[in-house]
Amino acid sequence: MPSIEFRNICKYVCSNVNFTVPDKDLLVLLGHNGAGKTTLLNIVAGFVDYNGSVLLDGMPIDRVPANKRGIGYVSQDLSLFPHLTVVDNIAYGLKASKHYNGCEVADRVNELMDMMRIPHLASRYPAGLSGGEKQRVALARAMAPSPRVLLLDEPLGGLDTQTSKYLRVELRRIQRKLGITTMYVTHDLTEAEEMADRIVVIDKGHIEQLGRPEEVFFYPASKIVSDFVGMPNILDCAYCHNLGNGVVEVGCGGLPVIVPHDGNSVKRIALFPRDIYISDTLPPGPGVNRFTGLVTSIEDTREMVRLEVAAGDNKLVAELPHHIFEDMDLAVGKNVYLILKLRRIKVHEAKHL
Amino acid sequence: MNRLSWIKPGWGILPVIVFLVVWELVARFNLAPGQFLFPPFSAVVTEFYHLVVNGVLGRNFLSSLSRVLIGLSAGSIAGIAMGILMGWKEIANKALNPIFSLFYPIPALGWLPLLMLWLGINEALPITIIFICSFFPVMYNTITGVKNVNQGYVKTARALGASDRRILTTVVIPLAIPNIFTGLRLEAGMAWRVIIAAEMVAIPTGIGALMMKAESLIRIDIIIVCLIVLAVMCLSFEKFFAYIEMRLTRQWK
Repeated sequence: MPSIEFRNICKYVCSNVNFTVPDKDLLVLLGHNGAGKTTLLNIVAGFVDYNGSVLLDGMPIDRVPANKRGIGYVSQDLSLFPHLTVVDNIAYGLKASKHYNGCEVADRVNELMDMMRIPHLASRYPAGLSGGEKQRVALARAMAPSPRVLLLDEPLGGLDTQTSKYLRVELRRIQRKLGITTMYVTHDLTEAEEMADRIVVIDKGHIEQLGRPEEVFFYPASKIVSDFVGMPNILDCAYCHNLGNGVVEVGCGGLPVIVPHDGNSVKRIALFPRDIYISDTLPPGPGVNRFTGLVTSIEDTREMVRLEVAAGDNKLVAELPHHIFEDMDLAVGKNVYLILKLRRIKVHEAKHL
Repeated sequence: MNRLSWIKPGWGILPVIVFLVVWELVARFNLAPGQFLFPPFSAVVTEFYHLVVNGVLGRNFLSSLSRVLIGLSAGSIAGIAMGILMGWKEIANKALNPIFSLFYPIPALGWLPLLMLWLGINEALPITIIFICSFFPVMYNTITGVKNVNQGYVKTARALGASDRRILTTVVIPLAIPNIFTGLRLEAGMAWRVIIAAEMVAIPTGIGALMMKAESLIRIDIIIVCLIVLAVMCLSFEKFFAYIEMRLTRQWK
């Protein structure tokens, strides 16, 4: 499977975009609506004209028409042909290519239906399928003609959390099995982290950061990236002691933090502001991950109250719902107690980078 | 429970029977002014029988039917072909739409005087009128159908390797069928209305011409027979196209 290279791509919001998707990688394009993610997919697919150059495995494909590029494409609405059965939908690309005879088409369709675990849907029409079933059919159809690369534009949007999670695992399994270079658009960070070999964060057509998921999360290259990944508190670890039983103690700016982890090379930890409890009275329970701090700023956003608290050498940001904030007597300069939610702490080990 | 749920399927014929009975009674008991202008239903049925037996109705009906079939088929085929071309190729739409927009508002019967002079009084005249009557609406409905096909399907088919021609024949036209048939259904009934009017005015044969002859002889019963035939044909043609559409799309719509 080829790599995909973007060279000086200009189209709509995208200006001078340069990056490469390595061979067999699953690259997640992460960004807000209108950031230019779908535009980049459309450019690879050949659906729009553009300035610059796209190379598949080093060969420019700019002059190759969309139907000759060998692209598997799944759009957000899936676009299953409503007048064709599941079998005919999956066979569509095979019949269009004219490289397969009738038996080969049937064999390939059956192979894909088995792979996607949908043989029981063969004669059904899309109108009679559930959201998850439609996703599987759309993926099977896109993969049927053995495309050179797979472009997935928010294919799991609109599904319930459970089905979406299940299909993410399935999709990742199949992508790894086939080793097909894939570009996957989403604005869901969890989805991106679970699926990506690499993440590219795009904002207003500009590449903010390209890297492995933990790289993007623990080393955000800009405030935009940090905002996008939820503005986590990222703390450097001075030491890491494995306490056994799947927990380690790490030293972060003078605070001993207990983290659920098995290993002894934790380099950074991260915690979302919503995962830090704030209390104006001494919280009950053992003293694990409980610290005192000094409120240094209070910012009232529409949804939450955001507190900056100095604890040890760290400046931690915590978020409180309005009603809880109003029940407490909090002000800048006051001491508060913090509890770091144990299971919410994310860990980055040095060996990954 | 719905208050009308006790009405069983098939009972829709009941109001028709009541209407016919009332009609018969009103005519029999001279409850309507001018008896000869209001024959009873039984007289209409008797006349229908006579017209069928002596072949007058059959001959005129077949004249009208053949004109409708030829004109409607030609107009629909041309309308669908032109509609597909204009819906699929924007350049064709831009080039031809101004011309068609100019002609479309002219009622089909408005062409009659001109066509009488150009074509003369022969079979080509009513067929051409039916052609014009069906061509424009079918064409515009087809354009709408083709243009309304979700571009997502077109993009997906293209990414799957389909050529423009294949996309048109396997995706766009099948998905435009509901719109195309809306045009066909409407125009199938309209063709009968127009042919009757044309035959009344300018053609010496056909159901419309028979009605005009009956009018000059003050044969209300024959006029009513012709109107009933017209009503049945309009309804049958519309139902026929609705049935075909249902057969083509019922599994996926």
